[in-house]
Amino acid sequence: MTSGGVIALGSIDLGLAAVLFFLLAIFSWKMSLGLEKRIVISGLRMTVQLLLIGLVLKFLFTRVDLLWVSVMALIMLLAAGREVRARQKRRISGGRGYLIGTGSMFISSFSITIIALVTMVQVDPWYSPRYAIPLLGMLLGNTMNGIALASDRLTSQIYDQRAMIEQRLMLGENWQEASNDLRRDCMRTGMIPIINAMAAAGLVSLPGMMTGQILGGSSPIDAVKYQILIMFLIGAGSGFGVICSIRFTCDRLFDDRHRLRLEYLDG
Amino acid sequence: MSLPLPCPDSPAEKSGLQASELGYLANGPYSFSIPRGRCIGLTGPSGIGKSQLLRAVADLIPFTGGLFYDGKPSSDWTGPQWRRLVCMVPAEPAWWYDQVGDHFDVPFDSHPFCHWLERLGFSMDSLQWRVTRLSTGEKQRFSLLRSLVRRPPILLLDEPTSGLNIDFSKEVESLILEEVAAGCGVLWISHDTEQLGRVCDNSYILDHDGLTELQVEEQP
Repeated sequence: MTSGGVIALGSIDLGLAAVLFFLLAIFSWKMSLGLEKRIVISGLRMTVQLLLIGLVLKFLFTRVDLLWVSVMALIMLLAAGREVRARQKRRISGGRGYLIGTGSMFISSFSITIIALVTMVQVDPWYSPRYAIPLLGMLLGNTMNGIALASDRLTSQIYDQRAMIEQRLMLGENWQEASNDLRRDCMRTGMIPIINAMAAAGLVSLPGMMTGQILGGSSPIDAVKYQILIMFLIGAGSGFGVICSIRFTCDRLFDDRHRLRLEYLDG
Repeated sequence: MSLPLPCPDSPAEKSGLQASELGYLANGPYSFSIPRGRCIGLTGPSGIGKSQLLRAVADLIPFTGGLFYDGKPSSDWTGPQWRRLVCMVPAEPAWWYDQVGDHFDVPFDSHPFCHWLERLGFSMDSLQWRVTRLSTGEKQRFSLLRSLVRRPPILLLDEPTSGLNIDFSKEVESLILEEVAAGCGVLWISHDTEQLGRVCDNSYILDHDGLTELQVEEQP
């Protein structure tokens, strides 16, 4: 069952792990906790999704083709954009709202992934899917979290505190001054997950990627180096993504006369 | 419905704010002027859009038609610059710092700030009060003061005495009238037509028929 230092898992191994999880569903049903349906669905859904992505990656790895990598990257971006939008309580209406989240993720995640591939990992060709797709995936996933948290907070704060913002505008402040406290707060909200993850890394938790690499047979030192690289990239990606989304959101909700335009907000 | 614009050649009328065919939301168009050194009253039924009219004049909501200050269109200024000229005091003021005093960007010992502070029933210590502990009336008086100390040439007052007792109402009236005498132009919204008769040179009523001049009997 070993191949290249890695112990390959068979269907029985996976099945055993699944039994533990589905046992939870039975408990939930018996104790009427009401979670059994969601447990079963999420378990099945995760399995199917990951098996499919395994096949897709296998296909991608056999043909190192910029076009296929780009298609894959685009699908990941659009899915992340949808997710950001779904997590908003008050959304910016129309396609513009979707574009703000997706655009911010595109600007930060894609540029940082490309910089990392070209200058740090220095893989040849730079779009090698074995490196490009997992890197982009990790950046997108974390940036998505940061942006979703920050823009959800920004739009609901602006909505809730509209009287305060308009009061400051009435006193002659510009939109930057009037929204200063809110924007700072949202930047913090968007960055907290990654900063917490950095603080806990190695002490409380072994990051998933590093664990995977170690299980996959890499030396701990190599795994740690990759993890450090990833942490910095994720931190930068989330931060710049959050900055972009705050800026784009404010550009929509304040006009060139420094008026607050809440009519562009749904809900 | 609109009123004829005052003669643009008359220098007295040219100084101050003019609204020409001003439309906002589903209201208007209205034409009126707020000359400097005059107090203009505005009354009308609730929900007719009086406060929104002030917000349009302060360029806080999109409008059609033109707003002019001293004959120059509002687009000659940025939004914030315009709002420093045409300062709106809302019926429900908002606060963002913990302490009252942090909302005033003037030296606390400066004139006329100290003087006004005392006339509105406060002392220097009041500036250290927590905003959360202010009563409605105190908020209203502080809010007026906050705008007054910026010395805007045009003041838009939305029910400035609605939460005040008789004594403070009179004090606010006389304080505003002193500012008017010193050259400030004021648009004063009130449900109290007697009050408008007391403080305003002329008043308008905003109702379903539009903006019309209000006939009020002068108080003896």
